[in-house]
Order: sequence, then C-alpha cells, then structure tokens
Amino acid sequence: METIQSAGTEEVHPDVALVERARGGDLQAFETLVKQYDRQVFRIAQHITQNKEDAEDVVQDAFLKAYEKLNQFQGNSKFYTWLVRIAVNESLMRLRKRRTGRMVSIDEDVETEEGSMPRDLADWGPDPEQMYNQSELAEILRKTIQGLPPGFRTVFTLRDVEGLSTDETAEALGLSVPAVKSRLLRARLQLRERLSRYFRKKNGDGVK
Amino acid sequence: MALLDDLLDDEVSASLRADIEEHLGGCEHCFITMNTTRRTIEFYTNRELYPMPEAIRERLQTAILEKCRKC
Repeated sequence: METIQSAGTEEVHPDVALVERARGGDLQAFETLVKQYDRQVFRIAQHITQNKEDAEDVVQDAFLKAYEKLNQFQGNSKFYTWLVRIAVNESLMRLRKRRTGRMVSIDEDVETEEGSMPRDLADWGPDPEQMYNQSELAEILRKTIQGLPPGFRTVFTLRDVEGLSTDETAEALGLSVPAVKSRLLRARLQLRERLSRYFRKKNGDGVK
Repeated sequence: MALLDDLLDDEVSASLRADIEEHLGGCEHCFITMNTTRRTIEFYTNRELYPMPEAIRERLQTAILEKCRKC
C-alpha cells in the first residue's frame, strides 16, 4: 500500500485531496477512491464473511457509508484505514446475519487456548507448493483460514494479507496494539499448525 | 513465542535478534516453528485467494456511484 504521509513531515497522502474534493461534491474524486480500494475491501470482506455475495454487499455498503460520512473523516488517520474499519464492521454484521442473529465480534473465541503454543513440530517439505497444484493449494489455504475464529481471521487478514501495520490494524479494529499482536501471534500459529497437516514432510522427502 | 513473532515482523533490536538467532541455531523446536510460520505468512501474502472478477467490479462500481449520486 502506498504510504506517503508520515508523522512530523509536511507530506500529505494523495487520498486527502481526493476526500476533500469528494466532500465538495466531486463524484469523480470519490470514484477514484472506489477504484483504488474496491479490490482490497472485497478481499477483506470475503475473508471475514467467507461468502461471495456478502462480500459484494459489503463493498457497496462500505463505500456508500464512507461517502455519507465523509464529513466525519478527521484526516488524522489514513482514508484507507478509516474505510477498512467501516468494511470490517459491515462484514461482521453480515456474518452475524448469516448466523441467524448470533452475535459475532472480533472478540469472539479469542479466549481459546488453541494456537497459543505450537504442538505439532513436524517440519515441512522443502517445497510444499510442489505437493499440490495451484487450485488445490488455493483451496487448502482458503479452508485453513476459514477455520480460524473471526477475531483471529480478521487480524491476520488485515496485518498479513493486506499488509496494514500493527498500528493501522489496531486503529481499524478499535483494538489495542498488544491485543492485535497477541491475536496475530495465535492466528499465525493456528494457521501454521493447520497447514502442517498438508505440508509436513512425508518419509523425509516432502513429496506427495 | 512472542519474540519469534517480533523477529518475523522485524521488530527486535540488533542485539536481541542476534540472541534469538543464536538460540534458533541450537533449538530445533523454535527453528521449525519460526521457519514454518514464516512460510505460512508468505503463502497468504503472495496469493490472492479472493480475486474480484472484473464484471462484478464494474457492476459494483456503477451501483455505488449511482447510489452516491442520489445521496
């Protein structure tokens, strides 16, 4: 992700000017922001909701909500981080609806002890990608991340898939930095452990 | 474990990094954990699991801007 703005400098992120113009009614400026971030919002929404139709709805609702609330955007965070926060909330709402009203939050299931310490110590073969074709591999990765509790999945998606910094992830999720770090560690370890079932060395050669 | 995570994120000082790397050299448990966790992250970072089809993208962009116009 492009980062120009940094604390203590006069540099301003180009999104700030686009937001300013959009606030003034320039829809083309907002269109630029939509085209810039719609893929990321879609990915985040699909990772959280695990449902394509829901992810499409989230993209629409998140951008529409952002447009309606542009005046509330303070500019002390990046527009993208602010947008991600809206998209995460919309995604969790969709997930809750799918689960027939059961509460879903980024705090869900995070108290589990699973993944806090590695259990499976099996090493992986030298090149797990050779063990599966690309579509098999993608399916394994999707299935594996689906199994994480939403709170872990969301943190991992923002931090490791979308490349937000720890601070940005904390801001987007309304969590403290230590909470993000703790969830990220456990998400990574749980994923690692689950992937080990597929990628562990077999008979010492790592070949299927 | 948190230290390994900080190492993965490059959030440790040079001296602590040296200490951890020395430990990794003699501890198979931590070495395997570190190595496979790094590869786990790389798998997800380097692969777009949910690409957005261009047709859907165009439809959504049109719908979003249409709704914004009516705001």
